[in-house]
Amino acid sequence: MITGLSHTTVWVLDQNSAKKFYTEKLGFDVRDDTVMTNEYMPGTSGFRWLTVGPKQQPDLRMLLAEPKPPMVDEEAAKAIRALVAKGAFGAGVLDTDDCRKTYEDLRKKGVQFLQEPADRPYGVEAVFRDDSGNWYSLTERKGR
Amino acid sequence: MTTAPDVERLVNLRAAKDLMDRSYSEELDLDAIAGEAGYSRFHFVRSFRDTYGRTPRAYLSERRIERARELLRTANLTVTEICYLVGFSSLGSFSARFKENVGVSPSEYREHEIARGGPPPIPGCFVLMWSTPTPQLRRSRRRQDGHIVDRTMSRRGEP
Repeated sequence: MITGLSHTTVWVLDQNSAKKFYTEKLGFDVRDDTVMTNEYMPGTSGFRWLTVGPKQQPDLRMLLAEPKPPMVDEEAAKAIRALVAKGAFGAGVLDTDDCRKTYEDLRKKGVQFLQEPADRPYGVEAVFRDDSGNWYSLTERKGR
Repeated sequence: MTTAPDVERLVNLRAAKDLMDRSYSEELDLDAIAGEAGYSRFHFVRSFRDTYGRTPRAYLSERRIERARELLRTANLTVTEICYLVGFSSLGSFSARFKENVGVSPSEYREHEIARGGPPPIPGCFVLMWSTPTPQLRRSRRRQDGHIVDRTMSRRGEP
């Protein structure tokens, strides 16, 4: 039986900038920020494990990862970076208790929205991008 | 971490694309769109087309038609109202572009969608982000029995 989702990967172009965006703009907590070392595989040392998550959901870690070895090879890294920059990836749906208010708060902080809050059959939804180009839905779900 | 020049270029082009996605309902001229990316008009059109497979003008038009399709499916508005709401300035060009992209007229599309029974159960964000038709998927066609096959929409089962 699968009991939940604890970690998920979001590709970002720059971890320092992403850390600022997710904490200062979105108000997320930093869960981990540490550099892993592997003395047996010198090429793989220096991998920065940076995870964040919403304050209200302490058991979720979103890994903000720069596409590069050892996670992916150089060629894949280049392709992923281009796709992130083009805006091709959606990273998920974020829950909110008040979409219109959160939209105003985030917009004032300079978050780029693609869609203003709109009524949908399942609730109120807006769409924004993170600083790398990943898009998120910001949804106030009905009946929750 | 250094940002490769190509990534920077793509980020700038995306800013222009995002502007069209965000402000499709407004009058957007090419200077404003190219300016969002920090480009001159000429280099912008070429670079955008190389990256997104169509000209900015075609992209904006497709975005407006995609938004119109949603309104036709879900909103209690006339075709004329929807035409202006999504940023077209004449009903004639709206109808022509719509037919070119979707394969049928706006009112035929609406009738068909109503007959099919309500909006599909996909979150609107996915519709927004993934329903801009790719050139290969752009055309709908009318089958011999008169049923309209909207190939863009038929991707709904593949999240």
